[in-house]
Amino acid sequence: MYLLRRGWAELRNEVFVLPSRTLVLAWVIALLALPVVYGDPYVMRILTMTCIFAIFAASWDLLAGYTGQVNFGHALFFGAGTYTSALMSLKLGLSPWATIWAGAAVAFFFGFVVGYLCLRLRGSYLSLATLAFPLIALGILFAFPDFSGGELGISGLRRLAVTPTANYYVAAISMLVAVFALWLLADSKVGIVLHAIRDDEVAARASGINTPRYKLMVFAIAAAAAGFAGALFAHYLRVAGPSTLEVALSFQVVIWGIFGGVATVYGPVAAVFILYPLTEWLGSFRAFGELRLLIFAVVVLLVLLFMPRGLTPWVRDKIETQCPRCKQRNGVWRKICRLCGAALQPEVPGAQRLVGHQ
Amino acid sequence: MLQDILVTGLVNGGVYALLAIGFSLIFGVARIVNIAHTAFYMLAAYCFYALLVKTGLGFLLSGVIAVGAVTLLSVLCYRLVIEPVREHEAAVLIATIALALIFQELMLFSFGGHYLGIPSTLEGGVRFLGVSIPYQRMLILVVAAAMLTGVWFLLYRTRLGLAIRATANDLEVANLMGMNVNRVAMIAVAISVALAAVAGVVVAPVFVVDPFMWLAPLVTMLAIVVLGGLGSLKGSLIGALIIGYVEAITVFAVPAGAYLKGAVALGIMVVVLLARPEGLFGVAFEEER
Repeated sequence: MYLLRRGWAELRNEVFVLPSRTLVLAWVIALLALPVVYGDPYVMRILTMTCIFAIFAASWDLLAGYTGQVNFGHALFFGAGTYTSALMSLKLGLSPWATIWAGAAVAFFFGFVVGYLCLRLRGSYLSLATLAFPLIALGILFAFPDFSGGELGISGLRRLAVTPTANYYVAAISMLVAVFALWLLADSKVGIVLHAIRDDEVAARASGINTPRYKLMVFAIAAAAAGFAGALFAHYLRVAGPSTLEVALSFQVVIWGIFGGVATVYGPVAAVFILYPLTEWLGSFRAFGELRLLIFAVVVLLVLLFMPRGLTPWVRDKIETQCPRCKQRNGVWRKICRLCGAALQPEVPGAQRLVGHQ
Repeated sequence: MLQDILVTGLVNGGVYALLAIGFSLIFGVARIVNIAHTAFYMLAAYCFYALLVKTGLGFLLSGVIAVGAVTLLSVLCYRLVIEPVREHEAAVLIATIALALIFQELMLFSFGGHYLGIPSTLEGGVRFLGVSIPYQRMLILVVAAAMLTGVWFLLYRTRLGLAIRATANDLEVANLMGMNVNRVAMIAVAISVALAAVAGVVVAPVFVVDPFMWLAPLVTMLAIVVLGGLGSLKGSLIGALIIGYVEAITVFAVPAGAYLKGAVALGIMVVVLLARPEGLFGVAFEEER
C-alpha cells in the first residue's frame, strides 16, 4: 500500500506535471496494451517494423545529434547486424536469440573501425566519407554471391516467435529498453560531454576530455544498437538482403532523425512512429501506392519549411515553457515555475528560438 | 585493353568532373551539401528524352532547352525550398534529399520505371590508337572540356567570378564589401546545376535513362569531391580523373570488377582521407567562425 501511494505520488509529481512526460507515458502504455485491444496481424506487422526502425533511428541520433558525427552510412551497422545474425543462424544453426547478440557485437566492432577511420574527419567530410562504407560492403557482398546470396540475400531464417503478437512484443519491448537505455546515456554526464564535442571539439579537448575515446565509444554504441535493430529485422522478415545496406536506408534514417528533431533521442523515435505507418498506410491505397514516396518527401519538405528544428522541439515549445531562472521546464499553462517559483514570462516571439534547449 | 581503359577512364572522368565541379561550387559558395545535384542530372536526361523522342525537336535544340529548363527549375527550388531553411544545416540536407526523392518519384510516375534508350546524337566513330571511339563519347569529352574551360573563364576572368570566389572564401566579408551574397549564391546554384544538366544531356544517349540513375553518380561524385577536397575546383577535376581511371581499371582488369568498381573507388577515397583528412587540394581545417 505504501509502495502504491509512493508510486502514485512520484507519478503525479514527476510525470503528470509535464505534458511531454505524460505523452511519453501514454505512448508506452498504448504500445504495450495495443495487441490486447486490437491485435490485427497487419497492424502488428507494421508496428513491429516501426519498433525496429525506431531503435535504428534513435541510435543514429546518439551519433549524429548528440555528438555531431553526422553519419550518412548508418545502414552499414544495420546491414552488419542483419547479415551477421542471418549467416550465423543459417550456417551454424544457432538460435536467433543468440545470433542477435552476435549481430550487435559485430556491428559494435564495425562501429569501432569506422569511428577509428573517421576520427580525423569533421563536418561534411565525415558525412560524405561515411556514406562510402556501406557501399564498399555492398560491393564486396555482390562480388562473393556464394557466401552472401548476392542480390537475393539470405532467406529461410527462423523467426524469434511464432505469432504476430509475440513478435510484436519482442520488438516493442526491445525497442523500449534500447531507446530508454540510449536516452539515459544521452541524458547522463556522458551526454553533456557529447554535446561539448559537437559544439566545440577543441574546447572540449582543452577541458581535459579525451574526445577520441568518447567519439569511438559513441560510434561503437550507436553501431551496436543499429546492429541489434538489423538483427531483429533479419529474423522478423526472415531474409537478409542487400537493401539493408543501400543508400536509401542511410538517407531514410537521416530523414527520420532530422524530421523528428536531432539530439533528443525521442524525436527520431516519434518521427519513425509517424512517418513509417503513414507511408505504409498510404501505400495500402491503390491510387496512392505509386505516389507513396512522393507524398512522403513532400510531407517531410513542408514540415521542415515550417519547423526547421524538427517536429518534437517545435511541439515541445508549444506545450512547455522554460523557467528563466532555473531552466526547468514547465507546462505552458503555469504562471509560476513549479520548482523555484519564479514568474514565467509570457512568451516573447522569437526569443524561444534563441534561448530554448538545443 | 589498355586503350579501352584509357578512353573509358577519360570519358567517365569528364562526366564526373562536370558533376563534381558543380557540386564543389555550390558547396564552396553556399555551404549547401546538395544531395539533389545528380537528381538534376537525371531530370535533364529525362527532359532531353521527352523533347527529342516525344516532340521530335532537333538534338541541339532539345539539349539547350533541357539544360535551360532544369537550371530554371533549380533556381526555383532554391528560392522556395532551400533559402528559407538555409540557417539550419540539417534542414538543408534533408530538404535536398527530399527534393531528389520527389524528382525521382515524379519521373517514375510520369515515365515509368523501365530503362529508356535515346538514339545516338552522332553516328559512327573514329579509330584512335587501335580503339574505336564512337563520336558520341568524343562529344562527351569535347563538351566536358568546353564547359570546364567556360567555368574556368567565368570564375577567374570575370567580375562575377571574382564575386563568387570571394563569397566562397569568406561570406561575411564579401557581404560587407557590398556583394549581394544571396544573389551570388543563387547564381552559383544556377551554374552548378547547369553543369549537371549538361552532363545529363550528353550522357543520356550513351547510358540508359531511368529514375534511379542519380544514385550511382551521386555516390561517385561525393567520393570525388571528398577526395579532391571539399570546395576545391582543381581538386574536383583531378579527383574525377583519378576515380574515372580507377573505375575503368577495376572494370577491365579485375574479375567481378563491375560489382567492385564502386567499392574500389570509395576505398581509395577512404585511404586518401586517412592520410590527408582535408582531401588532396582542400585547405586544412580552420575553426568555423
